[in-house]
Amino acid sequence: MSEKLKIAFYWAASCGGCEVAVLDIDEKILDVVAIADIVFWPVAIDIKYNDVRAMEDKSIDVTFFNGSIRTEENVELARLLRAKSKALVAFGSCSCSGGVIGLGNLSTKEELLHRAYNTSDSTVNPDQVRPQLQYKEVHIPDVLESNYALDQVVDVDYYLPGCPPKDTLVWNAIEAIATGQLPEVGAVLAPNLTVCHDCPREKHDERTIKEFRRIYDFQPDEVKCLLEQGLICMGPATRSGCDASCVSVNMPCRGCMGPTDQVFDQGAKMISVLGGLIDSDDPEEVKEIISTIVDPVGTLYYFGVSKSLIKQSGVKKEVRQ
Amino acid sequence: MVVTKEENVKQTDWEPKIIGFLCKWCSYSAADLAGISRMDYPPNAIFIKVPCSGRVDPTFVLKAFADGADAVFIAGCHLGDCHYIEGNYKAMRRYELLKATLKQMGLDERRFRLEWISSSEAKHLKVFVTEFTEQLKELGPIELPTLAPLAKEEI
Amino acid sequence: MTEKPVKRITIDPVTRLEGHAKIDMILDDSGKIQDVYLQVPEFRGFEKFCEGRRVEELPRITPKICGVCPMAHHMASAKALDQAFGVEPTSVAHKLRELMYNAYVFEDHTLGFYFLQAPDFVVGPSAPAAERNILGVIDRVGVDTAKEVIKHRAYGQQMLQILTGSKIFPAAAIPGGVSKGLSEEDRDKMIPWAESGIEFAKFTQQIFHDVVLENKDYVDVIVSDIYNLVAYNMGLVDKNNKVNFYDGPIRVTSPEDKEFAKFEPKDYLQHIAEVPVPHSYVKRTYLKKLGPEDGLYRAGPLARLNASDGMATPLAQKEYEKFYSVLGGKPANQTLAYNWARVIEQLYAAERVLELLNDSEITSDDFRTLATETPTEGVGVVEACRGTLYHHYKCDEKGLAKEVNLIVATTNNKFALEKSVEKAARGLIKSEQPDQGILNMVEMAFRAYDPCMACATHSLPGKMPIIINLLDKNKNIIRKIQRE
Ligand code: SF4
Ligand code: SF4
Ligand code: SF4
Ligand code: FES
Repeated sequence: MSEKLKIAFYWAASCGGCEVAVLDIDEKILDVVAIADIVFWPVAIDIKYNDVRAMEDKSIDVTFFNGSIRTEENVELARLLRAKSKALVAFGSCSCSGGVIGLGNLSTKEELLHRAYNTSDSTVNPDQVRPQLQYKEVHIPDVLESNYALDQVVDVDYYLPGCPPKDTLVWNAIEAIATGQLPEVGAVLAPNLTVCHDCPREKHDERTIKEFRRIYDFQPDEVKCLLEQGLICMGPATRSGCDASCVSVNMPCRGCMGPTDQVFDQGAKMISVLGGLIDSDDPEEVKEIISTIVDPVGTLYYFGVSKSLIKQSGVKKEVRQ
Repeated sequence: MVVTKEENVKQTDWEPKIIGFLCKWCSYSAADLAGISRMDYPPNAIFIKVPCSGRVDPTFVLKAFADGADAVFIAGCHLGDCHYIEGNYKAMRRYELLKATLKQMGLDERRFRLEWISSSEAKHLKVFVTEFTEQLKELGPIELPTLAPLAKEEI
Repeated sequence: MTEKPVKRITIDPVTRLEGHAKIDMILDDSGKIQDVYLQVPEFRGFEKFCEGRRVEELPRITPKICGVCPMAHHMASAKALDQAFGVEPTSVAHKLRELMYNAYVFEDHTLGFYFLQAPDFVVGPSAPAAERNILGVIDRVGVDTAKEVIKHRAYGQQMLQILTGSKIFPAAAIPGGVSKGLSEEDRDKMIPWAESGIEFAKFTQQIFHDVVLENKDYVDVIVSDIYNLVAYNMGLVDKNNKVNFYDGPIRVTSPEDKEFAKFEPKDYLQHIAEVPVPHSYVKRTYLKKLGPEDGLYRAGPLARLNASDGMATPLAQKEYEKFYSVLGGKPANQTLAYNWARVIEQLYAAERVLELLNDSEITSDDFRTLATETPTEGVGVVEACRGTLYHHYKCDEKGLAKEVNLIVATTNNKFALEKSVEKAARGLIKSEQPDQGILNMVEMAFRAYDPCMACATHSLPGKMPIIINLLDKNKNIIRKIQRE
């Protein structure tokens, strides 16, 4: 019998949802344990950072890394695990694209901290106390200026997107690893189709949008495409693999699966699509209609500010070489 | 503030880099015409020939900025004159949304323009490029709202 | 400035969470505990980056704060929006929301109890560390039980998938109601799951009784003074002052079991406040009227039972009565009684799910009220599994969030948590060389709250890791004890 695979899991700036997603493969987790040794999983097993440091380079077969990079500690662990792993998988939207907390990149670090510790309504802070990196004997890691996707800090071999990734995709990935059938490095472990492809709603591909609508003041038709009803649905710019789950409860897609292989920038793709759907040729009216998209970045880059072409243009040069 | 910036610009001989996407049926022909007519205008703009303004994917614009353009413009046939009927309308709709998006990302909206220039309007092109260049000189070099660079790994 | 040497004991990571939560205890030179710090080195900045977002998106953005209690954020957010938009959800909408909410509480409490707290009791607090985990629990209670746990967690999740679009991140609650109704077919599918859930919750009570309450040693531990913390109690109550997770005013009772305050969510700022602390990214909350030192209160299962007059469902009410008769009256101040309160709430949630599914109105189409006004300001409060959760939004004229203030469940308990740990530590650690079982018992005080940093303890079996570092002032390690 060949040697068991060595697998590691880690969470950086994560909500824990990705960890729960791993458990959502339910009893199959026992199959995983049968084929693999889990050598590092801080939330589950007792192995310290120092134990990982002591491992030989490339001694872990696959590391699943969830959460984005938001603190110094996250960077350190990303680098450490990169060195120790043969394959590094960015697990979940935060790790693949910076995730929803990438929206924090629209503010400075100081603005984020200031809001939380100085100005929030319920905060009473006359002495302007802030968490200190070193307080008496106690150390906490510093927050970074920006929020990064994993591959903006270290090289990544595979991407498993979703917020969190769907159990079926997680299981497929694990099976592929177990049977040595991983695709070429750099691949996204999800179908290269769009959410629209999976969505059962009727679409007409016609210019229909006179106004962008918001979910609170009307009940969308359950059969027709949400986008054609004026709700911005990221389906056309988003990779499938989630069974169009948000759309199934009448809610528009927010794009958590990230773009398909052909697309460099999810927001740009969506702008392109919307340009084809707005039903007006009058420049003034067009401006009017566009002004009903009240938060373009928050809408078009919900999960992907960190990886937007503009935001990441500085990073590539400085960090990866 | 402003003074320092101007000085800075002088010292480094900085010149704005402009990327223009020009429709081959109209604006690009206008550029040809301007060349033939030996019109004089600042050399800061690099023209890229596209089959139609409607062919300019928003990604091209982002890529131009990401690769160091101080400004980007798209030029096409006047509304109603597009060879492919719809193309320039589509460009106009995308432009408005892309501009709003870039602005929210932290990019000065004056650095991204859309202009209708027909093949006979060489003068229009000249004036547009000249004025745009002047305006950019005032604005100074672009500072893209990128993620902060990370310190390199110490080994 | 004193120059005496400072020594430190570190329990790192607490509940298997390296880097996400840690307790540091600083000893003075006589080996007595001087300070206890609970650190949470995590910061993502939600309050700021929610600003500028379309306010109706917040029920989908804020759940990403925590993947273990996403439903709580989702619901608090939707309720804040009801108020901001000035819309009253229809009665069907309220019921559907309460239904998904209780399905979530049932599922989460099931995991919290079996995976997190049960190892301490079922296997025993001083059992070898390697056995003190879910595997050890399975060993004692049998594989069939483990299967039941997995099965019922799955039922809860399937309900959430149907009702909210996702097992983890709900998308369905919107201002004025929910985005989709419940079909009769889905309702009929869910009823047997709910019925089975009640049986399972009854069985959980039985386990708790047989394994914990029948064992005098455990009961002694529960009621011992080191796990006793006198504090105010906070929880939502219905109109009869019964526990409610989804809706109602917030009631605060005193250590003498008197009503100290009862207030509507929108008035929360008059009652609670937060102060940042230098050693952690988590702030500390307190009752405003009593001040930052005396305003100690607790939230979460034990606090909810203490702050109420009972449970609104029959089986849970019986357990509630038993709870106080065993623990010697109300309020129960025993930190470890959190675990018992949790299983009683699990039973209530199961009963409530079935009640709601059997409500003739539940499949009606009248599941939302459309919002027509521009949103202004709103506060939404729910009982998350781990404690009261506050969302407060102010909006601009475009309906974008202008200010967002969040007080999450674990923040509510931060103060009490530090106090409990400190008390347990003071009671148990007398010298610089605490023994391993004792350290676990300190940790039990922490785990009883099921603090949210510990979300991921819903996880695979594993050893409970503890390293104790005893350090002198210059941070030289004098001694390092590691659990095998
Ligand atoms: S990708 Fe989603 S589920 Fe995973 S850590 Fe990020 S926010 Fe949580
Ligand atoms: S845009 Fe949205 S609603 Fe329309 S087909 Fe695509 S996924 Fe479905
Ligand atoms: S519908 Fe969109 S936002 Fe929802 S899970 Fe799928 S990809 Fe993610
Ligand atoms: S052909 Fe010139 S813009 Fe379309």
